[in-house]
Amino acid sequence: MPKFLVDNKEIKAKQGTTLLKVCLDNQIYIPNLCYLEGIDPPSVSCRMCFVEIEGERQPVTSCTVFVKDDMVVKTDTPAVRQLQRTALRLLLSVHHVDCKNCQANKKCELQRMAKFLKVGLKPKGLGIYLREVEIDRSHPFLDYYPNRCVLCGKCVHVCREKNGQSALTFSKRGFDTVISFYGVRDLPTPECENCNVCIDICPVGALALKETQKEAVPNLQGEEDPNIA
Amino acid sequence: MNQELTPEEKEALKHVASKLEFYEEQRRNLIPILQMVQETLAYLPPEAIKLVAEHLAIFECEVYGVATFYNQFRFHPPGKHPIKACLGTACHVRGGDIILENFERKLGIHAGETTPDREFSIEKVACVGCCALAPVAIIDETVHGHMAPSKVEGLLMRIEIEKEMEERAKKKDESGQ
Repeated sequence: MPKFLVDNKEIKAKQGTTLLKVCLDNQIYIPNLCYLEGIDPPSVSCRMCFVEIEGERQPVTSCTVFVKDDMVVKTDTPAVRQLQRTALRLLLSVHHVDCKNCQANKKCELQRMAKFLKVGLKPKGLGIYLREVEIDRSHPFLDYYPNRCVLCGKCVHVCREKNGQSALTFSKRGFDTVISFYGVRDLPTPECENCNVCIDICPVGALALKETQKEAVPNLQGEEDPNIA
Repeated sequence: MNQELTPEEKEALKHVASKLEFYEEQRRNLIPILQMVQETLAYLPPEAIKLVAEHLAIFECEVYGVATFYNQFRFHPPGKHPIKACLGTACHVRGGDIILENFERKLGIHAGETTPDREFSIEKVACVGCCALAPVAIIDETVHGHMAPSKVEGLLMRIEIEKEMEERAKKKDESGQ
């Protein structure tokens, strides 16, 4: 069992566990969005979970590092915090900050990180770039809010875990990247109605159940997928 | 924007279905298959995406996700008069995006789409190699340099008039015979 130091605290953990998981298990919070046990290899897309390890030239993402004997880890150095703050500010610059009307209010991972890193939810100095489509209603049971999504990919992963294949996917690229449900209406068994794993895993409330099922009915036919444009 | 397939396209789709047999049912074949479909049909209609998904036994959304990532795949049929608005550096500086927006507004479609009558399609391109003429748009094969918003309407009008004249000439020919 490797023994090592995190913020001057001695920690023991099983060989083969990632540093991020060990820290979180030991009540050392490292901001993270896309990490989920079981995503192998980790997606490393949020660029939040940086730490400094003695011997490494620059901060590294803790979700990709496995614990080793005699590691000396610091989670709270100026360099790490600067990277995290910048990453969070960039995320918030493409986020529709409207916490009052958001279902994730108070359990939102972005709020938690902003508080932890002392970053305002409306960061100054950066432009705000929002997507045109506020709500994607193409799914028969779900609504998707592209301007809340942080594109962590957890929903895609859990859907695949549970149903063998994922009914959600990333589509397009760059700034235009969104989660898409293309073709979900034609699936042989749209079990989404009672599943909800994607909603539960979403750290920011970008996925929500349609408010009434009545609303879902007219959507079943005809209305076009705004993603196709 | 779900456009009906033309009879020729339905025929081509059958052709695609028979060609699919040559590809093994493996995910790594997805992109070659999509390229083959686009070569045959000139774009990826929803029907074709469904066909490909069924062949590889994956969900349609996965096919869609891969296809939307790459610029080489298009989801709308090419129009009879393709319009390419240049957004390269020089054209960008001289307001290429305004020209693009003008075309979009005038035709009522977004970049990457085709008008319902399949006359026009708009595409964004990055540099066509004549930056001195910026901003540039290409309609059919003709390069139009020093574009201005006021020119957009004229260019579209000219194509319509040409089309009308052609039709009239045709009618005349027919009645003359």
